Parts: sequence; C-alpha cells; structure tokens
Amino acid sequence: MLALLIRAPWRGLDRLLSGSAGLTALRLSLECATAAAVLSVLLGVPLAWVLARVRLPGLGVLRAVITLPLVLPPVVGGLALLLALGRNGVFGRFLYSSFGYSLPFTTNGVIVAETFVAMPFLVVTVEGAIRSADLELEEAAATLGASRSRVFTRVTLPLIWPSLLAGAVLCWARALGEFGATITFAGNFPGTTRTMPLAVYDALQTDPEPAIALSLVLLLVAVAVLAALRDRWLRPATTP
Amino acid sequence: MDRPGRLALGLAGLALIAVTGCSSGSGGDTVEAGGGSALHGSVTVLAAASLTETFGTLAKQFEAAHPGVTVKLSFGASSALAQQIDSGAPADVFASAATKNMQQVISARGATTSSNFAKNVLQIAVPPSNPAGIAQLADLARPGVKVALCQRQVPCGAIAYQVFAQAGITVKPVTEEADVKSTLTKVETDEVDAGVVYVTDVRAAGSKVTGIEIPASVNASTEYPIAALSKATNPAAAKAFVEYVLSDAGRSVLSAAGFEKP
Repeated sequence: MLALLIRAPWRGLDRLLSGSAGLTALRLSLECATAAAVLSVLLGVPLAWVLARVRLPGLGVLRAVITLPLVLPPVVGGLALLLALGRNGVFGRFLYSSFGYSLPFTTNGVIVAETFVAMPFLVVTVEGAIRSADLELEEAAATLGASRSRVFTRVTLPLIWPSLLAGAVLCWARALGEFGATITFAGNFPGTTRTMPLAVYDALQTDPEPAIALSLVLLLVAVAVLAALRDRWLRPATTP
Repeated sequence: MDRPGRLALGLAGLALIAVTGCSSGSGGDTVEAGGGSALHGSVTVLAAASLTETFGTLAKQFEAAHPGVTVKLSFGASSALAQQIDSGAPADVFASAATKNMQQVISARGATTSSNFAKNVLQIAVPPSNPAGIAQLADLARPGVKVALCQRQVPCGAIAYQVFAQAGITVKPVTEEADVKSTLTKVETDEVDAGVVYVTDVRAAGSKVTGIEIPASVNASTEYPIAALSKATNPAAAKAFVEYVLSDAGRSVLSAAGFEKP
C-alpha cells in the first residue's frame, strides 16, 4: 500500500482518472458492491438466525456450505457459479429456456458473484452476535406479549446492530474488491461488468500508470469507508 | 525478545538466505558460448496463448534433442507478456502474436532483434449447436447475438476490430477476454453464441467448436515474431530454441497446426 502511494502519478492523476473508463468502472463497482451488501443482508440475516437459534440435525453441514466461499479461491467460486447458473448450467438452463435470460455478462451476474463471495462474512459475524445476544431479554419480551417479529425488530436487532453493521461493511468491502469470480462468471466488458479490479487488470496490460491511478482510487475509497465506520456506531445498544 | 523468539527469528533468517541462495543459481551456468557444445539448464519461454499446443510440442522435441535442457513455457496474451518483460520478468525467449508487442519489448531494450516465424488469420468459432444460427460474419452484428472477443490491446482483439471495420459492421461483444484461449473457452462452454479467434485455435479445439470462415477480402492477419531476450539467464539455450522454432522442424509443426508462412 505504501508502494502504491509512493509510486502514484500524483501530478497526472486527474488526467488519468477523468477518462470515462475509470469513472465508469468506479461507479459500477460502487453500485454492485452496495447491491451485493444489501442482498447479503436480506439473505444472510435470516440464515444467521437459523444457524444460531434453530436446533436441527444437519445444520453443521449448512453452516459449512454457507461459509465455503470464505476458503474457496474466488476463481473456483466463479467457475462453480458458471456451472450452476451459466446458460448451460445445472439451474441456469431452466432460466434460459423459460425466460431467455442468463446471468453471465450482465451486471446482475456481477452482483450474484459478489454476493456469493461476500455473504459468508456477514453470516459469520451476525451468527456470532445472535448467539451471544442475551436470550433472557428475548424471552422477557415474549412473556410481556410481544410477537416473534416484534421481538426480532425491537429486541434482537438492536442488540446485534453493531455486528450487523460491521458485517455489512466487511461484506461491502469484500464485494468491492472481488475479481476472480466476477471475471470468470460475469465476464469483462466496460459499463456492464468491468468493475474497478477488472479495470486495473485491463490497464495493467498496456500501461501501468492508469492502473496505479485506479488502484489508488480503490484504496482511498475503501479506507474512507472503513475509517467512517465510527466507533460509537459499533457499541451495542444495551441501554433500552 | 526472549530466547526462543530470537532463535526462531535466526532460523527463519537462515532459511530465507538458503532459499534465495539456491533459487538464484537456477537456469544459469552458461559458461559455454554456444558453438555446438552441450546445452544445459532451463530456458524460460513466454509465448502467446495461441501458441499453446505448437510450442508444447516444439518444447518436447527440443528437450529430446538436447537432453540437458528443460523448457519452461508460460502462455498468455502478448500484450500482458510484453508488459511482464518490461517489468523485469525473468525470461529467455519471447514469442509474440503481433509485431507491435515485440516492438514494445525492443524499444524497452528487452531484446535487440526478432524474426517472424508464422502468420495467423482469424476465424469465427461457434458452439457445435450453433444456438444463434451464425452463418457469416455479418451475423455477429445482429442484435441479441452474444459475441466474445479478446481485449482490444491483445493481438486477436486488435485485428478482430480491424476485420469489423473492413467489413463495415459494428459488433458489440458481451465480454472482452484476457487472451484468445479464454475467448475460446467461452465458446466451448456455450456461454456465448460466437467468438472471434485464430484459425489455429479452432483447429486445436477440434470437435468442441465449429469454425466459420471469414472471407479473405476482409480478414486480417498478424505476424508472429520471436526473439531471444537481452536479459536471458541462459542465452545459449535461448538462441538455440529460437533457431529451432525457425528451422524446418519448427515450420512443419506450425503448419500442421494451421499457421501460415510469415
């Protein structure tokens, strides 16, 4: 990172970045990462709740499957997605024959790839938080007459809120930096699927200077978001 | 730091020295200045992706003819390889799919001269089932047809766009792949309706793809130069390998794969 800052072409930076390619890639990256984070929250929080609270046999296997992308090399993840959801994929072929739509080469494909690799971060974080949340508080709310959904929104959620936020940000950052799964599953085309990491890879093949400039932007955006995650937002809401 | 900590650090340092000491000696030992005496060591060849099959064969033949030599092959897009060489990647030979990338290396003093050893032209590759019913070049411009191309700076991408310009059509690909073999893979896996690759790639893919001719009047060709690199750690073997590729034996392997004479 230090090397990036040292070698950055500071003087020509605005010229290098004002080229539409860099801005298009940045905008695409931010949109997709945010969408992936939102999708991860919508799918991941219920999953985390099930893993933490439900007692059924075989849940260990479910947990292993959900967290698999954490250890899987991203390119392998992309390949797996292609085999499952590609035009000829195990499930993708039905989508294609019914609607004529396939995920590869679309922006939605990028979002799916990023969600696939980033969601485990959220699930693991939130599951941990739910497990350590005080069950007694939930039970107290229930005995006072609160419905299950009210218990969830008024008691559980505020308790796990800091972890949820931290998990979502981690998920967002991971999605922003995703390369292998995106390029394998979604392809590489400016405007639709060429996110920042892909744009850097592309630029690197002709001229390192724009690549360094783009990398710097990505680095600064990531640092800005993580720094903005202020400490007081991460403190659990234990006061009623 | 406590005693076990210092001991561990010292051992790690020793290990690091040993590893770097060992690795720096590989590939060198070129005391011979050519002239027929036995070659040995390893020779690292960076070659365009489209040369995967032919150079694989040529490497084996070269190793058989020179038992002390190991040929290490690395394939990729010529533009990426040229960039790697400029950044100091240790290599002995560079075989590019376009003179432009070789010129880049020569301008950066990575090589002094090069020789053209083959020529290649483009062809359209479609999956065997031909889902979009592609019959000719103009079909690639039809809306809704998914076309895979190489990135513009990669030789096969550069001349593909030349072909489209010459034919007067506008093709909007769904993806621009890093090298010609990645483009071919997209076609083989039936993820796209068509890809523009080299004639030699269609041939190498056999029954996995079907080739559709591009008329010679609009087709573009690219020359393949090869050079022994200036910073080669094994210059004798590098020179010998380049000569082998340019020899009749090399020529026959290349023409059998579909490459034209330079």
